[in-house]
Amino acid sequence: MSFSTAGYQLAPVLPELVLAIGAMALLMLGAYRGQETTRAVTSLAVLLLVVVGVLEYMLPAGKQVTFGGSFIVDDFARFMKILALIGSAVTLVLSTEFLSDPSRRIFEYAILVLLSTLGMMVLISAGDLISLYLGLELMSLALYVVAASNRDNAKSTEAGLKYFVLGALSSGMLLYGASLIYGFTGTVTFSGIATAATASNVGLVFGLVFLLAGLCFKVSAVPFHMWTPDVYEGAPTPVTAFFASAPKVAALAVFTRVTLTAFPGIVSQWQQILVFVAIASMVLGSFAAIGQSNIKRLMAYSSIGHMGFALVGLAAGTVEGAQGVLMYIVIYVAMTLGSFSVILAMKRNGQAVEQISDFAGLSRTNPLLAFMFAMLLFSLAGIPPLAGFFAKWYVFVAAIKANLFALAVIGVLSSVVGAYYYLTIVKTMYFDEPAGQVDPMRVEVKTVLAVAGLFTILFALFAGPVVSIASAAAKSLF
Amino acid sequence: MTTWPILSVTTFLPLVGALIVYLSRGDDEAAKRNSRWIALWTTLITFAVSVILVMRFDSNSADFQFVEKANWLATGITYHMGVDGISLPLVILTTAVMPFCIIASWTAITKRVREYMMAFLILETLMIGTFSALDLVLFYLFFEGGLIPMFLIIGVWGGPRRVYASFKFFLYTLLGSVLMLLAIMALYWNGGTTDIPALMHTAVPRSLQTWAWLAFFASFAVKMPMWPVHTWLPDAHVEAPTAGSVVLAAIMLKMGGYGFLRFSLPMFPLASHDFAPLMFTLSAIAIVYTSLVALMQEDMKKLIAYSSVAHMGFVTMGIFAGTMQGVAGGVFQMISHGIVSGALFLCVGVVYDRLHTREIAAYGGLVNRMPLYALTFMVFTMANVGLPGTSGFVGEFMTLLGTFKVSVPTAFFATFGVILSACYALWLYRKVVFGALVKPSLASMKDLTLRECVTLFPMIALTILFGVYPKPVLDMSAASVQQLVNNYNTAVTAVKAAALLH
Repeated sequence: MSFSTAGYQLAPVLPELVLAIGAMALLMLGAYRGQETTRAVTSLAVLLLVVVGVLEYMLPAGKQVTFGGSFIVDDFARFMKILALIGSAVTLVLSTEFLSDPSRRIFEYAILVLLSTLGMMVLISAGDLISLYLGLELMSLALYVVAASNRDNAKSTEAGLKYFVLGALSSGMLLYGASLIYGFTGTVTFSGIATAATASNVGLVFGLVFLLAGLCFKVSAVPFHMWTPDVYEGAPTPVTAFFASAPKVAALAVFTRVTLTAFPGIVSQWQQILVFVAIASMVLGSFAAIGQSNIKRLMAYSSIGHMGFALVGLAAGTVEGAQGVLMYIVIYVAMTLGSFSVILAMKRNGQAVEQISDFAGLSRTNPLLAFMFAMLLFSLAGIPPLAGFFAKWYVFVAAIKANLFALAVIGVLSSVVGAYYYLTIVKTMYFDEPAGQVDPMRVEVKTVLAVAGLFTILFALFAGPVVSIASAAAKSLF
Repeated sequence: MTTWPILSVTTFLPLVGALIVYLSRGDDEAAKRNSRWIALWTTLITFAVSVILVMRFDSNSADFQFVEKANWLATGITYHMGVDGISLPLVILTTAVMPFCIIASWTAITKRVREYMMAFLILETLMIGTFSALDLVLFYLFFEGGLIPMFLIIGVWGGPRRVYASFKFFLYTLLGSVLMLLAIMALYWNGGTTDIPALMHTAVPRSLQTWAWLAFFASFAVKMPMWPVHTWLPDAHVEAPTAGSVVLAAIMLKMGGYGFLRFSLPMFPLASHDFAPLMFTLSAIAIVYTSLVALMQEDMKKLIAYSSVAHMGFVTMGIFAGTMQGVAGGVFQMISHGIVSGALFLCVGVVYDRLHTREIAAYGGLVNRMPLYALTFMVFTMANVGLPGTSGFVGEFMTLLGTFKVSVPTAFFATFGVILSACYALWLYRKVVFGALVKPSLASMKDLTLRECVTLFPMIALTILFGVYPKPVLDMSAASVQQLVNNYNTAVTAVKAAALLH
């Protein structure tokens, strides 16, 4: 394939083109045929995501660059994109029930998820600050609308608005940082910045700080995490599952790419920022979650903590660290999708229940669901032999190699604190008296839970291949 | 048929049993009976397979045997299993104790039997794996994984304060272990591998030795448990169901001692030598202090729990004496305590099943109604005291002997523990068994049933056998202990010689 436009190769962006055109086509279908096409549009959107994933997988190996260095496809990008596509596709599948309600038949939902995913793919492949911003905004703008998709619900609209205002603020900071970086290096491409930024200078560091602040907002790392609990709680549960998975993959990917490829010359400058952010996220995520009674708020704090753990790997600033980030995000996405499918399955008489106390005695009313959730929670706590342990192993092993001992010690200690609130849920499910029957699970929720749960439980058996893929992907950044 | 992976089979057989229990659906009486029988047969077959290990084991060699190696994670982290003379006795202890646990739960556990049996079988896999893993990451996987089933066993089938006890157990142990995890990572970068035999031959810089030793200490001291981080143990023991207490006392506590023997001494000999006074002090305090605490207890299980802490003090003291007698005594004491304390908890379980209280004051004069029980309980009380002729004596005597050569004050104070253990154990025995049977609630107590005899009598036989003829255990571990002690002393003397030259 060698088609091109204005002298630029288009082959590397083929998956993105297919996704963009497909999303437009589905939009037309919905616009002309009306809301009754919701189901068809959603199904086709899932299919489209699968096709794009396959295309991405089939792209020729090695690093390809197009649009004058703005767009990079390497092993790292492919890895992250496929993961983000999986996250989007699974959450769309999980949304079918939400969309089947007559008052919420909105075909735009699937279109917005597709466009947001397109933004993520651009973001992951961003090779300069412009495409970074384009991808980020495409992703975020779609997310703001999705957050408010339950229009008649005050909490949902509040979540959308809150997310939009704070998101716009962070975009502003990011843009300001980008302009400073451009001002002090004279270039927007990451490779150009890397050549220019060899010694630290105050203006450049200022720009870097603002840029990182904007990115911290997107991964919901402390101190830019405030939106997370409200948005997670307010947004419809399938949307929360989406927020917790695919956009985190993309944001973490661009975070990794920017720090490692644009600023390798001033590692010590951004390392201290990341160490602070990682510690603050892990500690706050662990302690603040203890007091929560709503499971979605708890998952919000949990995700803040987990982003802190992922950033531990990044703070190392080494190839092992990048590998740790990749391992962490893969396992995190599996655990998150599994946990949210449990939360989606928690329905009594057709009503979703979200309080932790509603899980009481689940091990007796629905043993399999309780067992899967317990394993996911132990995994989130990082207890071996479950997947979560390996995630923590790879980030902390990188931190130890980079001599970040204080970070590692604080990190593992806060994981013990974190274990407490995961255990509280296990306790509620296993030790307490049952709080009533749970409705039978829908087949798509059951499937997602089974896959995610088995991935988590049996990860130790197939960890080897995953590690080597992650290792190859990490090496492609250096 | 010489190449079948016998060690992996031993390790994962209980897991297969757990799967079979899981597949046997249903919640009626028949299903409960099925899961009990499946669990019992699984543990028995596992024990039978582990007996093959003993028969094929070459006790003249200090090397790891039945070694299996397979690729697992990336570079340096492999699936590596094997046993030597230190770990094999513990593997056998595990496989031997588990059938008794299942039998002891036969009628005591009536709710959620299927899950209970699954938890125990999974726990057995993890415990055997802990003792036979030859890769640090693999070891950690088994070591920490055991927390999950034990947490559920205490929390679901435990006593009134089970939630508190299970959380305390889980978080305490996890807190100690995560620091060890970081040390494992540091060792990984230092040696480029987490292979245990390879790391034993890798020089570890002195400063790393100190930190890594402390991190491993944090984990094993909690697990052991040593004074002052022992406070989770009485709670866990009291609240756990009988079989849970047995597993905790007989096997899980030994993971700490095993860790010291497998990692601390061989990998960080210099740090071990530096910290030996600390270990002696903590051991002596543990022996004297927890014995005194045991004297004050009103709950039978709590008393035995505190006595366990004291007896583990002998183990740590012996291990860090670094002498042949001390280390061999430590290994022996672990096996002996595994049998004796397990049996004592079973004895408590016998009367608890009848009266549903563990208050010492609720009993008295049981000898009148339960002569067989009185006899059984007496044998284990005497073994707990360390009466010559029981296995308890051999372990305590050897560790004291080994320590005496290195640190007279430690041995001096530890000997008080022997006297104190006589005080509390005999006091307990007198209160429960002797005296007149005046309490009306006790009037209808039945003596040991056949099922209880089946669990307790083999343990009596072993206690007395190892008391008069400890050779089988000592022989099995001798070569490995010898090598361990030699390497330790070589490393320590080399440094002392170097220090003299300066």
